[in-house]
Amino acid sequence: MTIYSDPYASSRETTEGTVFSVTGGDWDSLVSEIGESKEERIIVNMGPQHPSTHGVLRLVLELEGETVTEVRTGIGYLHTGIEKNIEFRNWTQAVTFVTRMDYLSPIFNETAYCLAVEKLLGITNDIPERASVIRVLMMELNRISSHMVALGTGALELGAMGPMFFAFRDREIVLDAFEEITGLRMNMAYIRPGGVSQDLPAGMTVKIRDLVTKLRKNFEDNAKLLIGNTIWMKRTEGIGYLDLAGCTTLGVTGPVLRSAGLPWDLRKMQPYCGYENYEFDVITADTADVYGRFLVRMAELEQSLRIIEQAADKLDKLEGQPVMVADKKIAWPAQLALGADGLGNSLDHIREIMGSSMESLIHHFKLVTEGFRVPAGQVYVAVESPRGELGAHVVSDGGTRPYRMHFREPSFNNLQSTSAMSEGGMVADIIGAVASIDPVMGGVDR
Amino acid sequence: MSEDQKGMFGSSGTGDTSGYGGLVRLAASTGSTERPFGGYFDDVADDLERAYPDFADAITRVVVDRGELTLHIKKSRLVEVAFILRDTLKFEMCMGVSGVHYPDRTGAELVALYPLLSLTKNQRIRLEVATSELDPHIPSLVEVWAGNNWHERETFDMFGIIFDGHPGLTRILMPDDWDGHPQRKDYPLGGIAVEYKGATTPAPSNRRSYR
Amino acid sequence: MGLEDKLPSGILLSTVEGLAGYMRKSSVWPATFGLACCAIEMMALGSAPKHDISRFGMERFSASPRQADLMIVAGRVSQKMAPVLRQIYDQMTAPKWVISMGACASSGGMFNNYAIVQGVDHVVPVDIYLPGCPPRPEQLMDAIIKLHTLIGDTKLGPNREAIIKEVELAALNAKPTIQMTGLLAK
Repeated sequence: MTIYSDPYASSRETTEGTVFSVTGGDWDSLVSEIGESKEERIIVNMGPQHPSTHGVLRLVLELEGETVTEVRTGIGYLHTGIEKNIEFRNWTQAVTFVTRMDYLSPIFNETAYCLAVEKLLGITNDIPERASVIRVLMMELNRISSHMVALGTGALELGAMGPMFFAFRDREIVLDAFEEITGLRMNMAYIRPGGVSQDLPAGMTVKIRDLVTKLRKNFEDNAKLLIGNTIWMKRTEGIGYLDLAGCTTLGVTGPVLRSAGLPWDLRKMQPYCGYENYEFDVITADTADVYGRFLVRMAELEQSLRIIEQAADKLDKLEGQPVMVADKKIAWPAQLALGADGLGNSLDHIREIMGSSMESLIHHFKLVTEGFRVPAGQVYVAVESPRGELGAHVVSDGGTRPYRMHFREPSFNNLQSTSAMSEGGMVADIIGAVASIDPVMGGVDR
Repeated sequence: MSEDQKGMFGSSGTGDTSGYGGLVRLAASTGSTERPFGGYFDDVADDLERAYPDFADAITRVVVDRGELTLHIKKSRLVEVAFILRDTLKFEMCMGVSGVHYPDRTGAELVALYPLLSLTKNQRIRLEVATSELDPHIPSLVEVWAGNNWHERETFDMFGIIFDGHPGLTRILMPDDWDGHPQRKDYPLGGIAVEYKGATTPAPSNRRSYR
Repeated sequence: MGLEDKLPSGILLSTVEGLAGYMRKSSVWPATFGLACCAIEMMALGSAPKHDISRFGMERFSASPRQADLMIVAGRVSQKMAPVLRQIYDQMTAPKWVISMGACASSGGMFNNYAIVQGVDHVVPVDIYLPGCPPRPEQLMDAIIKLHTLIGDTKLGPNREAIIKEVELAALNAKPTIQMTGLLAK
């Protein structure tokens, strides 16, 4: 049918019509070809490998010129079978799997899972206060690092490259704090059922206060670049509109719901880990568009800093308290310490279990090889992750392994709203809409 | 899972006989919790009974466990009750569909769970629907809560529960031509033995297990 | 100053292999193939001012595989993604190299199950395996530097054919891993 030929990307006929391969630069010749053929619809595949789709997300677009008539989302390219894998691991080992689902907010995954396990065990009120405060501190630090990636990559996808550098520079500061506390930058497996795996190193609260001061100053850079910037506002205002009715029926939570005007934040409405003792505001916007979500995320950064300061003050007061539940048949036994060859079992602990206490040895052995047993039942616990409501539905049959664990990931629901946000708009606005949803494909596909 | 299990430290399939067999772990009970349920659960149950007179027929069990309310519903009444819960009792958001496979419960092996959230009243409950493996059909709730679209596709993909009335029930996480439903208990984990110099480590599903 | 000032009569002799290797290793453009958690560390390497990949000139990640030389497979490759991975690799023009970043790309990592390809070398030929979960940006930089050394030493022409034959013969005669018992039982 056509004279359109290119040695690397030519057209071919299929049962459904002609399929063109476009590699860049030849879009104009393609469009003029299509224009001649009187075909109105073009179906474009923004395939799983794409720099702007926030991970392995496949978008199949039906276009009429530049207007999008239909968007179909294809997911599953990162399905890892984590939920089934956990059924073959014991309750503590499952933390290392769960942490890799939504890889930008590993602490939230771990907290949701551990809160669910603790609810099943019935020890929610026995978690030491210091452990809860450390959990809150880590969660808010993680919220900052996750929002930084969201802002940086969102800006990059819309063409602004400067915010990416500022955002990743700030993220590195937070990751240094993570490394000092947990030993790892990402996927830390720090929060365990019963508490946290080890206490903060000495002098950490001083460093955290320095971090807060530094970040408060650094956040100005991105704010000055983007808030009120005409180009940025033209690209984000009125784009990706999803009002409150759309959000509730699609089950969308998080900054997207808050940008529609509803101040729904689980930290305030159904507090966990002692969040009712912290002072912070729930940020909303009333424009329900990409710009509103951007403003919500920027403002949430400041609220997280407030919570971190309050947590640091509380930690100073709770110096010396345990960080694991007192019940030795559940508490993770190993005390870790930094030795000459890295982080490992502390020699004091080894001296104790080998020399003085038979019970410690038995507990250590049984907990590490077999794990503790969780009474039968099922539970659904939700936390407010940077993307929305992260829910862990855990079913136990009374054994050492989870019987079934399902995570209700916020990105899974939020991504469903792509079609509602983008259809009827322009192609370029899809990118903005997806960036404002901030999906993490690891969480979507698990 | 439906019978009492004996033995505290036990392992199946290997020669590890540590521990002693004097302890009995009671199985999960299969009855309903009795009134009063506590908290807002009584209000929810009363409101539902008032709005849906066939409450006693449709809801087979009401379980309040660890501070959470679960309503077990017959699948034929699911859509009606869902509409009432959404419109009259104001449970505007459904947090998705979670599937569970209990191979021991003949006749009710495949279970779908719907956690519901009410934004106006700040309440959470759960709906549970069971169906048999031989007839794995459950009515779809996409018309009630549009967000269940992908969740039902995922539950179909992973467990094989067919949701009647779903606008496009296809696989979502596995490739489109995949055989089998991976998260069922009789589907193998599919791991391979890891090879080292002179030895192998078995795949996670073949290692020593403790009950 | 540099080498150029010390040359008598201003003529530099070198080998074609040396020059080609030097030029190729200094202008590598990675293809964006970030899949999961490792992709975030790759992004940190690419854009965080702390670990700066533009010291090698590699900050320009090429979205189009036609213009890319290096595919850093960062993250777990699921069964659904494997054909896409192969297609992107095929679309890259020679010379091309692959770094499998992270434990999941090198061997399936902690996910030994039905959904993950146990090692991306089942799908594409890999030049450098980088362990870690996820590897720090500095570790990825070390892998890239090792790759640069590898690229700089690539043989061309008849030397290349000789090397390929030699490597193939060695691989055919190599002892399988399971038989390398060393000091254990015979």
